[in-house]
Amino acid sequence: MTSKSSKTSKEQKPIHPEIDFYRLLNDLPLGVLILDRQRRALYCNQVVEAITGLPAAAAQGLACRHVMRSRLCLTQCPVSQAGALRETVCCETDLISRDRQRIPVRVTLAPTYDRYGKPAGYVETVEDLRLLREHDEKVGQAFSFGHIVGQSAPMEKMFRIVPVIAQSDASVLITGETGTGKDMLAETVHQQSERAKGPFIKINCGALPETLLESELFGHTKGAFTGAVENKKGRFHLAHNGTLYLTEIGDLPLPLQVKLLTFLDDKVVYPLGDTKGFAADVRIIAATHRNLEQMVREGRFRQDLFFRLNVLRLHIPPLREREGDVHLLLDHFLRYFAQKLNRDISGYTAKAMKALLAYSYPGNVRELRNLAEYAVNVCQEDKIALKHLPAYLLESRAPEMIEVVPEPPHAVSAPTPALPPPTEPKMEGASWAAVERQLIMDALIKSRGNRLQAAERLGWSRSTLWRKIRHHGIDAI
Amino acid sequence: MTQRIIIPLHEEEVAPRFDLSTEVLTVECGDDGQILKEKILILPGPSAERLCHLALTEKAHLIICGGIDQEVFDYLIWKRVQVIDDVIGPGALVLQRYLKGHLKAGDIVRP
Repeated sequence: MTSKSSKTSKEQKPIHPEIDFYRLLNDLPLGVLILDRQRRALYCNQVVEAITGLPAAAAQGLACRHVMRSRLCLTQCPVSQAGALRETVCCETDLISRDRQRIPVRVTLAPTYDRYGKPAGYVETVEDLRLLREHDEKVGQAFSFGHIVGQSAPMEKMFRIVPVIAQSDASVLITGETGTGKDMLAETVHQQSERAKGPFIKINCGALPETLLESELFGHTKGAFTGAVENKKGRFHLAHNGTLYLTEIGDLPLPLQVKLLTFLDDKVVYPLGDTKGFAADVRIIAATHRNLEQMVREGRFRQDLFFRLNVLRLHIPPLREREGDVHLLLDHFLRYFAQKLNRDISGYTAKAMKALLAYSYPGNVRELRNLAEYAVNVCQEDKIALKHLPAYLLESRAPEMIEVVPEPPHAVSAPTPALPPPTEPKMEGASWAAVERQLIMDALIKSRGNRLQAAERLGWSRSTLWRKIRHHGIDAI
Repeated sequence: MTQRIIIPLHEEEVAPRFDLSTEVLTVECGDDGQILKEKILILPGPSAERLCHLALTEKAHLIICGGIDQEVFDYLIWKRVQVIDDVIGPGALVLQRYLKGHLKAGDIVRP
C-alpha cells in the first residue's frame, strides 16, 4: 500500500489505547451511526437511539435505511448513487421516528478506512433540526407585527408606531394603495388595543347605496321607512365597546359624512326614525386608497370630517418602496402556501427570484400573495422556476401598470379601478380562482375531457379535481 | 371471511417508509391463513395519500408497513384499517409471520 493516506495512517500512533471510544461517542451531542461496507449498522450512539426511537441493540446488523428511515436513504442514497463514497456528503432531510414523528435532520455521511487505507465502511452523523427550525420560525416572526410581514425601514418605522397608536383611543386614518394590507393593519391595531376583547366591526362604505349604508351604519326603527318591518341595530351599535372599521371612507356619500361627523363629536348614534340616541363607545378606524386631501380640495370630502379622522395617521407604503420586503414576503408566502397545500417546495430558482424581484407589483402584497399561491399550485418540482410563474410577469409591461389612475372629477361614489382594464383576455389582475379555472379548463382540453388524466396533469387527486370542477361550475358549461 | 392485506415494499423488503414506497404487495387470504390471491402493484410515484386511497379502494383490512406518519396512521385507523407499523424484514417472511399470528408492531424479521 503506497497511498499517502495509508502512510499517514501507519505513521499515526493511536491517541490512547485505553480510551473508551464507545463511551466517548455516546457522550457526543450528535447522533453517530457507524456502518460497514454493506451499509449495515455496526454501532449507533444514544442520540441516534433518541432521534429514531430504535434501541441500539436492535439496530445492530440492520441496513442503515431501516435504522434511519430518512428520505435521503430511500430516494437519493449517496452511497448507492456513486458506488463507493469518496468524499463527505452533508444534506438536510427528514426521518420518521418509531413514535411516528417526522423529524427534520441534517445527515453527514463520510467514508471510513482501515489502517491500511482500504475502505472499511461509513460513519454517519445525525443532527436533529427541530429546535433550529423552531428558531427559524421565530426569526421569521421577528420581521412581523400581527400578521403583517416586513423588514424594510418604512415598515420597521410603522411597527414601532402601531403599538403606540393602538394604546390610544383616538380615531385612526389608514392610507395606502390597494393591496397594501390596510384591513390587516386595522385589525392589528384593534387586537393590540385595550378594546381587543370587544367586537371589531367592518363596513365597506363603497359597497352599499347611500340609503342602505345609512341604515347599516346607524340602524333603524320599525316603520322608519317602507320595508323597515322591525328594529335593526346599526354597525355603530354592534361595535359598542369595540372598534368600527370604515373601509373605503373616501366613498362615503356627503350626507353620511355629516352624520359621521356628528357621531365623532357627540359619540351618540341616532337610528333612522328614532329620536332617542344610543351612546356608543366606539373607536373609529377609517381607511382609504384615495387621496383625501385632494378630495377635500375638490369639495368631495368634508374638511372637518377629514380633520377628525386624521388624528392618528398610518400610511402603508406600496411594495415598490419597501426595499427588501419582496424577498421576505415571497419566502413567507411560499412557506405558507407550501404548508397549506402540502407541497415540498424549498424555494425559488435564481432566475425565478430575479424575475420576481424585478417586477413592480402594482397590486402590492395582495398581488405578490396571489403570485406565490399560483406558483405553489402550479409547481410540481422542488423549486419554483420561471415556467411556474404567470406569463404576464415576464412581459415588460410593468411601467404602464404603475401609473397612478387620476381621480374621476365627478364620480364620488364610484370606486376607481386601481388598474386599467386589460385589453386582451389575459391573466393579469385575474384572481387565483380565475387562474385555477383556466388551468382546469386547459388540462381538460389537453386530456380530451378525461378527468383522471386532467387530474394527473394538474398534480391533483381525482376527487380534488371533481370538487374544484363543481366549485367553478365547469360542468354546467 | 377473506382478509385483504397491503404491504408497501422497497425491493423485497417491507418499505422503511410508508410515504416513500412505490411498490405494494396486496394479498387476499382466507380464514385458514391460506393465500388466495397475491399481486404486486407499481405506483407512479411515492405518495402516502395515494397509498391510503389504494387501501380504501382495495378495501384492505390490514396494512403492514415500516415508518408511518402519525397523521396517516390515525387516518387509516379512523377508516377502520388496522396498521402494524415499524416492521422490518423481507415482505414474504413478514407476511408468513403475520399469517401464523406472531407479527406485532416493531418486529424485526431477519431472514
